[in-house]
Amino acid sequence: MVERMERRAVISGAAQSEVGRRLYRTGIDLTVEAALRAVEDAGLTTADIDGVSTYPGFGGSFGGAMGAELHEALRLSLNWRSAGVETAGPLGAVHNAILAVATGLARHVLVFRTVVEGSGGPLRPGSGGGGGGGMAGSAGPFQFMIPYGAASAACWVACYARRHMHDYGTTRTQLGAIAVNGRANAAANPKAIYTDPMTIDDYLAVRMVSDPLCLYDCDVPCDGSTAVVVSHRDHAPDTPAGAVGVNAMGTAIRGRPSWDQFDDLTSMMMRHTAASMWERTELTVDDVDTAQLYDGFSWLTLAWIEAMGFCGKGESGAFVEGGVNIGPDGSAPLNTSGGQLSAGRLHGFGHLHEAVMQLRGTANIQVPGCEVVAVGAGGGPETGCLLLTKGPS
Amino acid sequence: MSGDNPPRFVLASPESEFYWRSGADGRLRIQRCGECSRWVHPPGPACPFCHSRRVGPEPVAGTGTVATYTINRKEWIPGFTPPYVFAFVELDEDPTVRIGTNIVDCEIEEVEIGMRVEVLFEESGEWHVPLFRPAVTEES
Repeated sequence: MVERMERRAVISGAAQSEVGRRLYRTGIDLTVEAALRAVEDAGLTTADIDGVSTYPGFGGSFGGAMGAELHEALRLSLNWRSAGVETAGPLGAVHNAILAVATGLARHVLVFRTVVEGSGGPLRPGSGGGGGGGMAGSAGPFQFMIPYGAASAACWVACYARRHMHDYGTTRTQLGAIAVNGRANAAANPKAIYTDPMTIDDYLAVRMVSDPLCLYDCDVPCDGSTAVVVSHRDHAPDTPAGAVGVNAMGTAIRGRPSWDQFDDLTSMMMRHTAASMWERTELTVDDVDTAQLYDGFSWLTLAWIEAMGFCGKGESGAFVEGGVNIGPDGSAPLNTSGGQLSAGRLHGFGHLHEAVMQLRGTANIQVPGCEVVAVGAGGGPETGCLLLTKGPS
Repeated sequence: MSGDNPPRFVLASPESEFYWRSGADGRLRIQRCGECSRWVHPPGPACPFCHSRRVGPEPVAGTGTVATYTINRKEWIPGFTPPYVFAFVELDEDPTVRIGTNIVDCEIEEVEIGMRVEVLFEESGEWHVPLFRPAVTEES
């Protein structure tokens, strides 16, 4: 096999700031808290950090802090810095860091995603909320949805969920298993936003937002920062908490880059993104011990489950129904720290953080013998994924 | 939607301006390639299939099928009062031309995937916003 250059990299450190609903702290304040913890966690000092990568970086309300802000706040000396929204979803910032390390541009890259959406204002045209990446209210592709009151990704995802239900018989009770599973797992996560028990009846009784998506199908905006350190694998023996290997990354965007013009209304770009990840590894979905799959909206998780191959196309409803397969003792333990629906919208980096904890064996709900984790983040045309391993791959 | 028309927030680009003005004469227009005859939506500076620059608006029948939809229950934009139906309509000329729109002139519970619909226009400032309603000129 051709060398997979991502395997030259490891995740050497991971940490989160305080996470909450209304912290009224600035994005850079939260970012510094997470970053310093992650650097220490990696067995490093800020003098070792020679790269910074974030999503989305400069771009207003959608982002929590810029890479340059962290660069300045910690007076880093960098060989490489990158940020941007036009990448494979939020995990694109991790992909970029891996590439920088693999090519020798940097040795230890601090990667972060910070959100200050819990303390933010209401959604409004032009705010770019919910995956709009700042394009809502512009003359770009969202000009064909905003005039119709479809101002949130909730509306767009709801259209896919509806078609999935129509074509495959997926039910709201099945969809609700994602939310119920997340809530049950969040109870063990001290940083989770919502931890009160939730039953499927609670789910079915709550108000609709964008039918067929109800309130509990939508993640909870929060404030918080997650940081990881991506290092060269040579550093793995010196990581106090244990290095996590990068086995493969998924970046493909082979379909139309659009929320409304994608060819298949029952899947999204993760179909291509996950396929490209499996093309880069000898591992298979059967090797995955736990899946941390994006749940900005519950239906996106169904789409990720199918894209990753945990079940066939259109079979995700039956796969998750009742929560047995995706529970901590199931064949594919899912979103073991509560996901975004209950633990807070850390925009894919909460899932990444949990993957690292699982592979170190220090998760709050630990999957026994965990050696391989699949992480997927994003929805619509902005999706990316990682296959991570216990120790360097 | 009921009462006053909602705020439409049309922000056209040079390529799409014709789309939002087309309804002035009651016709919906979609960009089409003058070389390979493929329909192109959203409109762009060249045909994405044959790369011809000879692209321009061409009238369509304004009929299509609801590919999927959502019933909005939350007010995302002040003045855009729920409930209302946001849908993707696939046009008869080419089902890969998928148009985001509101389905109006019917009860929201009547909307379903596969429903036959036809265009109508709502004036909003200088724009004619394409909306769709159940097709009345054909057997469904």
